[in-house]
Amino acid sequence: MNDATGLPQTAVVVGGTSEIGLAILEELAKHRLEAVLLAARDRSGLERAKARLEAVGVGAVSLEECDVTKAEDVERLVSSAASSLGTVDLVIVAAGQLGTAELDQLPPATVLEMMGANAGGPAAAAVAFASLMAGQGCGRLVVLSSVAGLRVRRANFVYGAGKAAIDGLALGLSDAVRDAGVSVMVVRPGFVRTKMTVGRPEAPFSVDATDVATAVVEGLERGAAVVYVPPVLRYAFLVLRHLPRAVFRRLPG
Amino acid sequence: MAEEPAGRDKTVGSMTVPAANERPSRLAAAQRVVLSGWGGNPRSAADVIRPGSLSEVVPMLAEMRERSRSVLARGLGRSYGDAATSAGSVVIDLTGADRVVRTDGAVVTVEAGLSLDALLAWSVPKGWFVPVTPGTRYVTIGGAIASDVHGKNHHREGSLGGWVRSLRIATPDGEIEASPDGEHADAFWTTVGGMGLTGVILEASIEMIPIETSLVSVDTERATDLDECMRLMSAGDAGYRYSVAWVDCLRRGRGLGRAVLTRGDHASLAELESAPKKPRSVTPADPLAYSPRQLARVPFEAPVRLATLPAVRAFNEAWFRKAPAHRAGELQPLASFFHPLDFLGDWNRLYGRHGFTQYQVVVPFEAAEVVREIIEQLGRSGFPSLFAVLKRFGPANKAPLSFPAPGWTLALDIPLGRAGLAELLDRLDGIVADAGGRVYFAKDARLRPQLVRSMYPRIGDWQRVRDRLDPDGVFTSDLARRLHLLGDTT
Ligand SMILES: Cc1cc2nc3c(=O)[nH]c(=O)nc-3n(C[C@H](O)[C@H](O)[C@H](O)COP(=O)(O)OP(=O)(O)OC[C@H]3O[C@@H](n4cnc5c(N)ncnc54)[C@H](O)[C@@H]3O)c2cc1C
Repeated sequence: MNDATGLPQTAVVVGGTSEIGLAILEELAKHRLEAVLLAARDRSGLERAKARLEAVGVGAVSLEECDVTKAEDVERLVSSAASSLGTVDLVIVAAGQLGTAELDQLPPATVLEMMGANAGGPAAAAVAFASLMAGQGCGRLVVLSSVAGLRVRRANFVYGAGKAAIDGLALGLSDAVRDAGVSVMVVRPGFVRTKMTVGRPEAPFSVDATDVATAVVEGLERGAAVVYVPPVLRYAFLVLRHLPRAVFRRLPG
Repeated sequence: MAEEPAGRDKTVGSMTVPAANERPSRLAAAQRVVLSGWGGNPRSAADVIRPGSLSEVVPMLAEMRERSRSVLARGLGRSYGDAATSAGSVVIDLTGADRVVRTDGAVVTVEAGLSLDALLAWSVPKGWFVPVTPGTRYVTIGGAIASDVHGKNHHREGSLGGWVRSLRIATPDGEIEASPDGEHADAFWTTVGGMGLTGVILEASIEMIPIETSLVSVDTERATDLDECMRLMSAGDAGYRYSVAWVDCLRRGRGLGRAVLTRGDHASLAELESAPKKPRSVTPADPLAYSPRQLARVPFEAPVRLATLPAVRAFNEAWFRKAPAHRAGELQPLASFFHPLDFLGDWNRLYGRHGFTQYQVVVPFEAAEVVREIIEQLGRSGFPSLFAVLKRFGPANKAPLSFPAPGWTLALDIPLGRAGLAELLDRLDGIVADAGGRVYFAKDARLRPQLVRSMYPRIGDWQRVRDRLDPDGVFTSDLARRLHLLGDTT
């Protein structure tokens, strides 16, 4: 159960090999976390993630091979989460893929795949778990969005568009499940230094996965609806979102 | 969201499943509602049913067992945390079962949903008071017994369970008539303090205490610090039926634990007659007059945490200053002495949407320094608590999950909605557990399950009897799931 300080005893990470997702679990493991389920496509990555969590004392780690862009995989994931965890307290939707914004590297198949990885798949998982939680009568979803989705930039427009979609979906879902005892927290990090961003030019206010994890757990404790990492981005984007396009287009990166 | 009525085919996903039975389900009348305790957090949704009569409860339990639905009884929801919530379960709201069934000398038999407020309105004019009352009248008898509540007289008269002469308890298999040392004594003592997890209390017979007036004769003393307060209580409590101290938590350093101590007993008719200053409402001609009123209600959830604003802190400061250094024999109405918080309805809304939690612990007398440690650590941490309530407990009773045990009990309200509280209270829990103390389930919303066994060493006995009363595991609550009280791991 989630307790009054917002901390869960069971959790699922969709995108279970994601560095941010695992860092959040490591942070939660300092508190009340007892059992987790990691879901991702890559079996060996899942095994490595499991070892990492067991090293910090999470007793029960189960794994599920799952491609969130496949409907039947998502359905199987939700039912195996319910059977291995009992009450699913927290679901972290962390699946995503940065991809490219070079037109010559974006054939239709790649665009569809990126939109599926950043928007369609996470949306399917978020909605499926939200409806499981509505049945449970309790639960919290953490959806990893990005400031990249607040105003889509040319430098990562496909990724940004996917994040814009999942961000909007999460906010609407939050209102839709409120009266069922379920809450949704949207997390909007800036540039996070992870294996996904290795070799990319760092944006201002870059953070590490552990910074995101700390902010997410604090957000859970505070009962926050939206979390920016670092917090200053909330104000930066208040300005950036309203810049005239002619200016916004010329911004570096 | 109302539950689909059964007796009709029900659509689940794309499948059509046949109705579970032919008779219309009792779930047809259920309402899906998001519930919380008095602290407002955590929240969870359940299917709430209000039975029209107590005879419906056993068949309702049997039906839910058949449908593999879990069940929990709920009273007025005055437990602070998640004791009276149960995500996805069927919650039986008993507040409609509120009759006084019969009286037999000092023993009154009532339905479990009767509030203390209503019971007192009925009994005080007849010259009877409840043997134990918590700090609010807005609790049900069932809820009070399930938490084995204590009052300001615990050091002399124990908790409520000791005054219950019999219980009528509903289980999925039928009703049990249980008494403290006769038949079904083990069912009795697992249900007292059993947090609703052993069955539904339908009726209780309670021994009331006689009073001559509806007044309390109160001695007030001010203590300049915690040591003096504890000294005064240790030395003098045995001479008073009721005793409590309000400890200022905003003071640091030398003034830490500045306190106002109020102690007293029911005023006799003779005391009322000879009192130089008589209260307006209660006269020697009408010594049992009793009409407590709510003076105001908080109309909606505050947009900010009003309870922590400077104005409130200033009020707190003024309250501690205005208390007389020493005043003896003041006659106070029952409500002013026992239920001062009830003058303001729905005051929990002052804490805003994040709500608050109450941290209540008891530590053995030898570990009195833990009380200071808790007040100090909370003060330093910046989690503002205005005041704490300090009492001394006497001997424990036979109920394995009953909270009171000999020692000091401290209770503080703490606003939720800021990071770091979990870590701080976890650290305090560790100190409390090491000292041989425990946290009160009726107030808790955040304890870690690992500490339950050391805080409640008799939980194994409780689980054995509980499993016999509810072999199919029909009863559960969010508290039970969070703390693994039923012995499972999820
Ligand atoms: C302002 C305030 C002051 C308080 N002061 C004190 C105090 O001084 N001392 C003290 O001990 N407590 C105190 N309490 C706590 C309160 O007395 C207990 O939480 C009590 O259990 C609340 O009764 P309720 O009817 O609201 O029960 P609920 O909160 O609705 O339920 C509490 C528990 O009882 C169970 N339950 C309820 N009805 C039944 C039933 N018919 N059969 C079986 N189980 C049932 C529920 O399942 C749950 O586990 C205080 C609370 C408040 C808000």
